[in-house]
Amino acid sequence: MNGVKEKKKAGRATEVFKISFAAKSVNESFARSVVSAFASRLDPTVSELADLKTAVSEAVTNCIVHAYRDSRGKAEILLKGSVYADGRVVVEVKDHGCGIADVERAMQPLFTTDPAGERSGMGFTVMGAFCDGVKVRSRPGKGTTVVLTKRFGDCGA
Amino acid sequence: MNITNSLQGGVLTVSLCGELDHHGAAEVRKSIDAAIDRESPKKLRLRLAEVQFCDSSGLGLIMGRYRKARSAGAEITVCDPSAAVEKIMRLAGLDKLIKIERSTEK
Ligand SMILES: Nc1ncnc2c1ncn2[C@@H]1O[C@H](COP(=O)(O)OP(=O)(O)O)[C@@H](O)[C@H]1O
Ligand SMILES: [Mg+2]
Repeated sequence: MNGVKEKKKAGRATEVFKISFAAKSVNESFARSVVSAFASRLDPTVSELADLKTAVSEAVTNCIVHAYRDSRGKAEILLKGSVYADGRVVVEVKDHGCGIADVERAMQPLFTTDPAGERSGMGFTVMGAFCDGVKVRSRPGKGTTVVLTKRFGDCGA
Repeated sequence: MNITNSLQGGVLTVSLCGELDHHGAAEVRKSIDAAIDRESPKKLRLRLAEVQFCDSSGLGLIMGRYRKARSAGAEITVCDPSAAVEKIMRLAGLDKLIKIERSTEK
């Protein structure tokens, strides 16, 4: 992980957005549309954009399905996006839900805590395959933040 | 999500049109399982040509119908998957478990 170095090299984000919305399943497609509209300014290919939408959908769905499974309070998702001049888009998906005790285990293919809900346990695997970077920060009882990075175009890589 | 069923010679074809995510999956699941229970088909064919979006909730749905069909004694295939469906099925290795049919090959 050379996050700091990357940041220096790429400089500041050229555009950013930040929104919050209720952790309800109707908002899965809403979140995809927002990110898709935002990332479109970098002129991605159809398949690059489809990949990013899929990864965002995974992270947002996890907030809805898992993060607030036992809570009765305000269930909210924060969505942030940044684009950089080098063709990178960074999307942050954050919840204040139950958190993940063992992140490494949660990220294993097929691992799910909700098999009865027909979860495939492939959410993190899809994020990893469809993005160039996936970072997860989580604290039990506090919440989870997933940071997805996608690079458009061949440059850099 | 738009769901269309047709039954012909014991083959139940379910065509989905729309975005297959967690939000839409519950309704599709109920609808397909009810059709399997009602028709007892010998084969379930999921036509996914018009599914423009599919994430791992869609995978969960396909895997779940694989199990449901098998326990009902029916064969299952996925027919004409869209690019989105095929990409994610391959990532999960589902293409090795479930036969993919192309209607053009016939
Ligand atoms: N935002 C979150 N809050 C709490 N737990 C989460 C969150 N995201 C993921 N998890 C945990 O990680 C596991 C794996 O997630 P994922 O790979 O998306 O598979 P699935 O959603 O199909 O269970 C989940 O079953 C859940 O236990
Ligand atoms: Mg998931």
